[in-house]
Amino acid sequence: MSLHQETVLLSGHIIDSLLLAKVLDIILMMGGTFDLKDVHIGKTREEPSRARIAIQAASKALLDDILKAIQPHGAAIEREADCRFESAPADGIFPDDFYATTHLPTQIRIHGRWVDVDRIEMDLGILVDEQASVVRAVPMGTVRRGERIVVGRDGVRIIPLQRPRERDVFGFMESQVSAERPHGHVIADIAARMHQLRQRHRQRQAESNVLLAGGPAIIHAGGREALVWLIEEGFVHVLFCGNALAAHDMEADLYGTSLGYGLTAGRAVPHGHEHHLRTINRIRAIGSIEQAVASGVVKQGIMAACVRQGVPVVMAGTIRDDGPLPGVITDSVRAQDAMRAVIPGVGLALLVASTLHSIATGNLLPATVPTVCVDVNPSVPTKLADRGSFQAVGLVMDAASFLSELARLLGRPV
Amino acid sequence: MSRLLICPPDFFGIEYEINPWMRLSNRVDHEQAVKQWHGLMRVFEHDVGVTLERMTPVAGLPDLVFTANAGIVVDRTAVVSRFRYPERQREEVHFESWFRDHGYEVVTLDKELYFEGAGDLLGFPDCWFGGYRQRSDIRAFPFLSERFRREIIPLELVDARFYHLDTCFCPLSGGDLLYFPPAFDPYGQSAIAQRVPKDRQLPVPEDDALRFACNAVCVGKHVVLPSGCPTTEHLLQARGYRTHSVPLDEFMKSGGSAKCFDAGAGLVCREAM
Repeated sequence: MSLHQETVLLSGHIIDSLLLAKVLDIILMMGGTFDLKDVHIGKTREEPSRARIAIQAASKALLDDILKAIQPHGAAIEREADCRFESAPADGIFPDDFYATTHLPTQIRIHGRWVDVDRIEMDLGILVDEQASVVRAVPMGTVRRGERIVVGRDGVRIIPLQRPRERDVFGFMESQVSAERPHGHVIADIAARMHQLRQRHRQRQAESNVLLAGGPAIIHAGGREALVWLIEEGFVHVLFCGNALAAHDMEADLYGTSLGYGLTAGRAVPHGHEHHLRTINRIRAIGSIEQAVASGVVKQGIMAACVRQGVPVVMAGTIRDDGPLPGVITDSVRAQDAMRAVIPGVGLALLVASTLHSIATGNLLPATVPTVCVDVNPSVPTKLADRGSFQAVGLVMDAASFLSELARLLGRPV
Repeated sequence: MSRLLICPPDFFGIEYEINPWMRLSNRVDHEQAVKQWHGLMRVFEHDVGVTLERMTPVAGLPDLVFTANAGIVVDRTAVVSRFRYPERQREEVHFESWFRDHGYEVVTLDKELYFEGAGDLLGFPDCWFGGYRQRSDIRAFPFLSERFRREIIPLELVDARFYHLDTCFCPLSGGDLLYFPPAFDPYGQSAIAQRVPKDRQLPVPEDDALRFACNAVCVGKHVVLPSGCPTTEHLLQARGYRTHSVPLDEFMKSGGSAKCFDAGAGLVCREAM
């Protein structure tokens, strides 16, 4: 997070003198941006007005230059306090008055200096080590007794998202969910982003990974081939899923069915309901999905593509899982940690056809990561937005159509 | 009855350079300066009919003569100036004791809050204007505005030659405004236009502005201004003012003219404000 911010106060007869306009113009002309936090306008000519202005700039030097330029016009830097810490009273327990994070870029003030909080994520606490060399958002469960946690609201500030330079669907940063809006331009914008990200990923640039979190409906609905193509062509770099997506994907390879239905014939196959159990049992016998692919037992499909492309897969289990497959993390807290560990490199998140994994992933993503939630059920993107992931663009459509159209736009031969 | 605070130019001279007009190499003809000062006082007393309050000059304070910078006076309250430059900060104590000795309630500003009196705060009865950036600090105005319950429109002075508001801006008793627009930026010019209707604005040409035409003293329909500003005199006469031009070129070497002597205190602050 490289945005630098300072809040200033301007008071007096700042409206009719055009002083407020002048200060705001100076900020913009110098290349900064601002948010007018509060404006109080005097009710009579004699009564003064005042404004609180948060100024943002891309560098500390530019911010200092802007502050220097507006101070002669009466803009005074707001008196701000350092943040306060308290020690965690026990392992896994925050101090009572702990500051609960949002998923927006956040800074805390230590010894008069604003420091970015690393690994920002909603609903965590902020850990600061003795030397303040580590300032990181941490989940409640991982805190150790005696670690310093930020308490209260003093010295904590949230930096509003800047509109991205790209004038695409992510620029609106608001999740309007409707089945009745055209999807074409949204998918085209996602494809354009993925095209750019693949280039950046090949140049090993930061935050260039595309994350896909998906449910088994991708297999049932017929989106499997498109997703395999996207993985093999280097458009997807991280996969989050559960036991089911992996099991049905490999079931399709071994038996040609998905949950017992013939994928091509579209009929229930005799004893087909056993196929996913036999698949899971077979992989358990081999020891791991990687080994199953390496030994040639599993030849095609999403899991095979991930293994061959070196795409990390985090599989999180649930209480209704069969098996589960080797590699499925059944401890939810450990699963969250495993997902959290790969979030920092993500530059685009596609949450496709899974309520559980979409919400779970949304909870872990900083607001700065462009996010798309695709589901036939409008309540999924709505739920995601209601739980705070306001940056997610909702698409009400089925997974197969989405993935096929996306792959087509990215060059998959039809 | 208008009163003016004045200080004889016994020790006037150029002993430092704190504005673009001052040159140490530019020698003041002291005898001539004294003559011009007495000429101005004669006009004030006899032609305009104001009462003069005299301050005792102090050796080593050459600019004490420019009493407009003493502070501002509203009714019986005096706000004493806080000068930006150390050379003039030594005057503060003398202005302060004069106000105290004459029964004014004295208000002082925080040490770092520069405010150069009636040099930078002028106005009409309902609206005051504050010049800032060159000498006064804009932060002084909200304080004064609250103290006196008046609107103060801050105006940035963008030309170093017009370092005090009273060098380029002169509200007149009839609601007219004598001023030099290029001394302000477009924001300031728009703010002035919002408060002073177009037909009340008397913009002076640059030649006159550089002879300090705006550093004039207005009492009723009398306007006292430096000589050599014929266009400005015509402008004023056309609006029904009676002009009195006084040669003050010895004082202009120091960047001051007629208004600079009037002691913000006595005159402009009480009459115009």
